[in-house]
Amino acid sequence: MTTQTQDKPVSNGVNTEALIGARGAFAEMPQAALFTFRSTCDWLNGSESRNTINGYYGLGEEHTRKEAFSISSDHPEVFAASDSAPTPPEIALSALASCLTGGVAAVAQHRGIQLHDVQCVVEGDMDMRGILGMDPDIRNGFSAVRVTFAIDADASDDDIRALVAQSQKRSTVFDLMTNPTNVHVVVA
Amino acid sequence: MRHISTVIIGAGQAGLAMSKCLSDRSVAHVVLERGEVAQSWMKDRWDSLRLLTPNWQSRLPGYKYDGPDPDGYMSMPQITGYLRDYAHVIDAPVEEHTAVHSVTSHGNNYLVRANKGVWICDNVVVASGACARPKLPQLAGAVPESIMQLSLSTYKSPDQVAKGGVLVVGGSASGVQIAAELCNAGHAVTLAVGEHIRAPRRYRGRDIQWWMDRSGILDVRVNEVDDIDRARRVPSVQLIGDPGIDSIDLNTLQAMGVSITGRLAGIQNGMAQFSGSLANHCAMSDLKIDRLLRHFDDWADRMNIPDLPDAQQLPPTLLPNPTHLMSNLKNGAIQTIVWATGYSPEFSWLKLPVFDQKGMLIHDQGIVAPGLYILGLPFMRRRKSALIDGVGGDAQALSDHLIANRNRRAA
Repeated sequence: MTTQTQDKPVSNGVNTEALIGARGAFAEMPQAALFTFRSTCDWLNGSESRNTINGYYGLGEEHTRKEAFSISSDHPEVFAASDSAPTPPEIALSALASCLTGGVAAVAQHRGIQLHDVQCVVEGDMDMRGILGMDPDIRNGFSAVRVTFAIDADASDDDIRALVAQSQKRSTVFDLMTNPTNVHVVVA
Repeated sequence: MRHISTVIIGAGQAGLAMSKCLSDRSVAHVVLERGEVAQSWMKDRWDSLRLLTPNWQSRLPGYKYDGPDPDGYMSMPQITGYLRDYAHVIDAPVEEHTAVHSVTSHGNNYLVRANKGVWICDNVVVASGACARPKLPQLAGAVPESIMQLSLSTYKSPDQVAKGGVLVVGGSASGVQIAAELCNAGHAVTLAVGEHIRAPRRYRGRDIQWWMDRSGILDVRVNEVDDIDRARRVPSVQLIGDPGIDSIDLNTLQAMGVSITGRLAGIQNGMAQFSGSLANHCAMSDLKIDRLLRHFDDWADRMNIPDLPDAQQLPPTLLPNPTHLMSNLKNGAIQTIVWATGYSPEFSWLKLPVFDQKGMLIHDQGIVAPGLYILGLPFMRRRKSALIDGVGGDAQALSDHLIANRNRRAA
């Protein structure tokens, strides 16, 4: 029930040993597994804003990266905005895409499957009458999200389907899009 | 206070099998049973339940089914009678209505306190069952009071369920069986499904358990799987012990009129929220059963099994369209929730430092500590460890270990 034997060692650029090591360490010390991620968002103008992402908490302490990352957001011209960056829901879709794609690589490495090319297209359907408050029966969020993967790998079709399924099973963003989350917003 | 070599706790299939193995090895022992032999089968299950394994598979050390219907499935009264007959045949020293209150260490021995006395012993074998009590998710506490809640120990039959809609939570064998019988009784049934595994009752003319047994899948040992923790958490497959029902999977249930939703993920303001992961859970179930059936096909080819009908492929699980993400628990549409969310063992009386941070018993293939053993847990030594058919082999291995350990201690 495993994949076909490989002549060359599989390399998808994923350090599986480190991940397995982390599992062992977290089993011993579950509190080290508790992480907190954060993003700091500054309003620029109109619908434009910019997130700065750097520090996070994990392994029992605060971490600072070598450099801060920046993710900007805006609205498109059809909403009379300056269209300087993707919309927040597009960033959410891209987060889902990256989470599932990275997951495919990790699972493939663990299962000994060599990947050659992975691409996914993520689409989310939205009815704008929701966010405009025109109809209480229409939700603000996506009414449906579709993800389509194209994968070139040394594996059977079913093994590739199983990769994509397992990636969903272990994906953070898939989980937070498919399941409810308590969100507390306060004014400091 | 009584001194004895070994105390076995529980007189179900596991405790009785261990008793037989110890008698065969001339180890003095007693089997303490809180109720009567086969108590859980008799009292703690729903009325229509039948074993998921055929009669021929109820093999125990020194005992097997020799009735007229080897391919049938025992009802609860039948499995109760079967185990009582076994206890009689092996002359098991069962003390019924003897509930253990605590097991503690006592020097190099163990002290077993029960409502009918105290035993000091060298060995304790815990055989009180992997399914001692129903597991309920935390969010059961958020269910509006107007809704009647039933668990796998309180649900008995559709007769006790009020008119109206029922939400069955859990898509393993128990959940699909209960959803089907409530639907047949005229209830509007919604089944919330997380990870699950579908299976046909028969494949290529043979019972699925025949394939599992003969192809060696059930004999796989703990060290032959990648991730034993995950293997131990695998839910029971969607099966029913009824030769007239080909399958009781999500396609069957939907054809009957059961609504399928994703896993029950939350309850807020009286609204049940279902996960949007149903499609992936169905895809995984389809992939898993397909892989298992192909494994059977390959095995049958290699073994040249004669007279088998052609290999078959199951149709994919059909997804409801649209899939509901919410259900109002306050408008009267749903009157009852049945939690078919699995069972857990009950070890609160085991007063020893043998549990991990999650309260799970730590053991190495059934060996918990010197002189302390556990039997009957899922995938304990082999995949079939929690089956009636698997507990005998484990009991043999543990009783051999017990003897060897006793000799070492004496030497």
